[in-house]
Amino acid sequence: MEFSFSNKAKSLTFILMAIGLISIIGGYAMDSSDHHNRFWSALYVNGLFFTFVSFGALFFYILQYATESAYSVLFKRIFEGIVTFMPVGLVVVLLVHLVGTFHGHHIFHWMDPEVFDESSPHYDAIIANKAAYLNIPFFWVRTLVYIGVFMIFAITFRKRSLLEDKQPDIAIHKKNYVRSGLFLVFFAVFSSTLAWDWLMSIDTHWFSTLYGWYVFSGMWCTAMIVGLVMALYLKAKGYLPQVNSSHIHDLGKWVFALSFLWSYLWFSQFMLIWYSNIPEEVTYYITRIEHYRVPFFTMFVVNFVVPMILLMSRDAKRNPTFLIGVATIIFIGHWVDVWLLVTPGVMGAGAHLGLMDVGMFLGFLGAFVFVVLNSLTKAPLVPVNHPYLEEGVHHSI
Amino acid sequence: MYDDDHTLMEAAKKLRDLGIKVKTVYSPFPIHGIDPIIGVKRTRMAIVSFMFGITGTSLALLGMWYFMIHDWPMNIGGKPSFSLIENLPAFIPVTFEFTVLCAAHGMAITYLLRNGTLPGMPASNPDPRTTDDKFVMEVHTSDNHGHSGDELKDILKDSGIIEISEREIES
Repeated sequence: MEFSFSNKAKSLTFILMAIGLISIIGGYAMDSSDHHNRFWSALYVNGLFFTFVSFGALFFYILQYATESAYSVLFKRIFEGIVTFMPVGLVVVLLVHLVGTFHGHHIFHWMDPEVFDESSPHYDAIIANKAAYLNIPFFWVRTLVYIGVFMIFAITFRKRSLLEDKQPDIAIHKKNYVRSGLFLVFFAVFSSTLAWDWLMSIDTHWFSTLYGWYVFSGMWCTAMIVGLVMALYLKAKGYLPQVNSSHIHDLGKWVFALSFLWSYLWFSQFMLIWYSNIPEEVTYYITRIEHYRVPFFTMFVVNFVVPMILLMSRDAKRNPTFLIGVATIIFIGHWVDVWLLVTPGVMGAGAHLGLMDVGMFLGFLGAFVFVVLNSLTKAPLVPVNHPYLEEGVHHSI
Repeated sequence: MYDDDHTLMEAAKKLRDLGIKVKTVYSPFPIHGIDPIIGVKRTRMAIVSFMFGITGTSLALLGMWYFMIHDWPMNIGGKPSFSLIENLPAFIPVTFEFTVLCAAHGMAITYLLRNGTLPGMPASNPDPRTTDDKFVMEVHTSDNHGHSGDELKDILKDSGIIEISEREIES
């Protein structure tokens, strides 16, 4: 069945994008911080957050080939659709990196050459010691390699998926299986290192070995939330008649389990640093707890306790209204999480969650929904010749 | 006795539609979707596991409060606050593990006890072949007074059954 993008939904996404555009222009004009750092970090937060959703979706989508899962076949196209946002989001991320490279803003403190120069008053011995890794050319090589690899896998998997619709051939599926294993190897390394490069290097002095998994668990969880909401939306519109309550239950379980994974990693990072109490490690938390206490702890409680309490029972995971409510709350919770990964590192004490952030979030949300729904119209919503389709349709738990 | 889970499920559906009560089904593996057909009530295992989990959480916190705060106050991580709440992050891993331990063991033991399958308990299945590749459906005449034993047999014969045996059951 082909999905048609209703005019009502289209105009709604355009309204959201207009709000986002106004926030971007207004935010830039009204931002009085040095080099518009506040504006650039807000743009970076939103670009990254939605790019991460598509990274998480790409990971989950390809993981389904590695595990040869049947239950997820009906959702395959939804995750393919989410992945198509990746290039759009990456444009924003790369723009922020590029402006930073030419010193248009100071999100990345280490991009300033003076911190490496011993004769300069801004010389920073700790950062200078990291020069072998944290330098602009190597940063760009890494960034382009991550993006190149992810894009190649995203494009080739999509191509084979559409090809399979036209000509049933088990060789396509076998190829996907082999390629999926290869992708997971790349993703395991790159998901960690890109979190160091794009996020952890903002707090240049500080480091945490757990950081990559923590960021990855957040992006995976958000991707599952988006996939679940999309599936419920399409089902409510009558597009996925074969999706039964067992399929929805499984996606609900993913959101529940990954919320736990995320909370587990958040807490593990926090507890070890809290316990050892070493000055160079606690700086990260001191900034956040002293100046961002309310969003910092509210975000953790919301992202952990809300899904734990509300999604624990089986009935809750089979109730669409309930799921949409919980998913919306923790979706916002994870956005605040990414906001807190970036902003305190850039702005120190002087930032508050404001209208600019919310406006940009809505704008990016509009663009995201537009791109995803638009790509869903381009292929049948249920893959026609997937070898596990029949098994997936009869999924029952 | 049946040699296919699907045939058995269809037969059970037919019996239910005729108003005949199936006592129970023995199978080497779980048959998805059989529970509502033969009238098995929804499991209360989830509630039990939640209660075991809460017990574990409380016991762990109570224990650590007694050992580390009350009976022999400890300086935890260089923070001599001697308060359970302020030292809570240090206690979370143990609390978490103990919650999981209690919930998992409690659930497993409850399950085995309730099924009568603890090690050493006498087996209750009527035919050992149900642990291999056969499926047995038990229908009691005492549950189905509207039908005589022969009638039940006639109905069952048409359902793809491979073997029918009749037994006197005490009690």
